[in-house]
Amino acid sequence: MKWRVNVTVRLKEGLNDPEGRVIGKALRNLGYAVENLRVPKYFEFELESESPEEEVEEMCRRLLANPLIHSWEYRIEPVS
Amino acid sequence: MVRFAVLVFPGTNCDFETEKAIRKAGAEAERVWYRNSLKDFDGVVLPGGFSYADYLRAGAIAARQEIMEEVKEFANEGRPVLGICNGFQILTEAGLLPGALRPNRIPRFLCRWVHLRVADNGTPFTSLYEPGEVIRMPIAHGEGNYYVDDPSRVRIVFQYSDGEGNITEEANPNGSVLNIAAVANERGNVLGTMPHPERASDRFLGSEDGLRLFRGMVEWARK
Repeated sequence: MKWRVNVTVRLKEGLNDPEGRVIGKALRNLGYAVENLRVPKYFEFELESESPEEEVEEMCRRLLANPLIHSWEYRIEPVS
Repeated sequence: MVRFAVLVFPGTNCDFETEKAIRKAGAEAERVWYRNSLKDFDGVVLPGGFSYADYLRAGAIAARQEIMEEVKEFANEGRPVLGICNGFQILTEAGLLPGALRPNRIPRFLCRWVHLRVADNGTPFTSLYEPGEVIRMPIAHGEGNYYVDDPSRVRIVFQYSDGEGNITEEANPNGSVLNIAAVANERGNVLGTMPHPERASDRFLGSEDGLRLFRGMVEWARK
């Protein structure tokens, strides 16, 4: 069965996100009251699998995220 | 004569200098493309560069290539494994060293000379340094901000310091936890360093402090 998968990987709470800090500052300089901007990574792909949850979880742990510094979440939908 | 492999991935770019530094330190060195094998070598060095263009995270994709299984065997057998800059990033991503290397605190590429204090001269790589000695090497990285959740369990080898060996916030170029610049595994045979010893291996380059690291590694591999 084929699935459409969206994965979001973000730095764990409390870990400094330098890219987010710079972008947030740039937005503040433009006059917006932005705070705590973070830059997660977003992946989308199609997956042929009988156990998609298990495989996506494994993909996050093995490559898409670094479990020491990242958390992740995903959405899996059947491709119609 | 002992032989070291200098492991080359797509995007590695410090392989020639590293090969030269190992030869100067008295061993054979050969550049090995990642699709080949590491058998018949006494140790392996993962040089600097931008493996797989640093896509995803620096070192992440190289760390999952098949040849890393052979690097893990080297590590488990107690043979020397040295990762320099991108090599350090690969070793942490592969789980051979603790911690992770995040983007620099100020998110830009840093390329300059730094002072380092030798925190641990008990590894095969650092046996020719005095404990507490201050040495000079260059850094060149965008993701060298070392993070580990429990630094007390890490074998810290070099720390960014000022010229007198003081570990200060100002001497920390990238935001690393405890100014950490290099760490080893518990056994000491796997070392990861963000500063480039091969770029400090000739007086012509401005320092020979890095050459002693290769000399220590070579002497130890000979035994």
